[in-house]
Amino acid sequence: MRPPFRTGVAEGLPFLVVMVPFGMLFGVLGVEAGLPLAQVMAFSVLVIAGASQFAAVQLIVDLAPAAVVVLSALTVNLRMVMYSASIVPHLGAAPLWQRAIISYLLVDQTYALAQAKYEEETRWSIADKVAYFAGIALPVFPAWVGSTLAGALVGARIPDSWQLDFALPLAFVALVAPMLKSRAHLAAAFVSVTGTLLMWWMPYNLGLIAAALAGMVVGAEVARRTEDAA
Amino acid sequence: MSDATVWTIIAVLGALTYMTRFVFLGLIGDRPMPPWLLRHLRFTGVAVLPGLVAPILLWPEATGGTPDPLRLLAAGVALSVGIWRKDVIQAMLAGGLVFAALTWALA
Repeated sequence: MRPPFRTGVAEGLPFLVVMVPFGMLFGVLGVEAGLPLAQVMAFSVLVIAGASQFAAVQLIVDLAPAAVVVLSALTVNLRMVMYSASIVPHLGAAPLWQRAIISYLLVDQTYALAQAKYEEETRWSIADKVAYFAGIALPVFPAWVGSTLAGALVGARIPDSWQLDFALPLAFVALVAPMLKSRAHLAAAFVSVTGTLLMWWMPYNLGLIAAALAGMVVGAEVARRTEDAA
Repeated sequence: MSDATVWTIIAVLGALTYMTRFVFLGLIGDRPMPPWLLRHLRFTGVAVLPGLVAPILLWPEATGGTPDPLRLLAAGVALSVGIWRKDVIQAMLAGGLVFAALTWALA
């Protein structure tokens, strides 16, 4: 075993503190929303992207049309395109089958860790970098799937008096708050909220998608201006 | 929503999400993206999630669609703690505790 693999495992482990409660929450809310266990698990195995899974479940509960559910949840995941592009200089020369597996496991946590590490360890070979990535993913991925399962099994037993319907909006607020780190991010969030509320009359939750696009444009424009000024 | 519809949603969302991760690493390779596109991609999360949550928070189904001061207050606490501590779990816990404590106190 290459040392970078072991380093990866060691540095991936602390992320379980975040992923396990979050995976459990998804499991709980998935069954609360009325999804069968197999579908809750399929979300965590096939989509592996927490925020978009929560978004999809909420819109399924709202009975939004399938295309709107997919489109909204996918928009949340568009940031992965950026991850994919920015990891190419480090992993682009690995064999295709390895890149195919890495793509499957390229989530917020693995990306953040790997990107930072590769910038630091400039002398690592491609094989070292792949081994490191495998090391991080080893605890992170099973923990995500396992905690979803645990949550789904527990969720079926939670009494209604707990008012779990509030956990989902609360999870979104908690997810968004740390993202509000610049004026541009605040502006995007503001446009997203006011836009959705003003366009609530639009059919098929299309107001949300329109507001999200407007939020991205405004955020990018504010970023461009503030960065130009800086 | 029918079982088949939900399965379709999961399959299509899974496949497309995989494509977002594979598109550069597997297909396009090392080619620079235009800066304007990168700038927009940075804001996807923050542009979707707040809009998604706002109506659920303002008009919760559990209260028949009337705004609930308890939920709004708890959400405000979660937002403040999240901005302050930059931590999702701490924000959730803070909001959840405030909500649970107030629900219990007012019951």
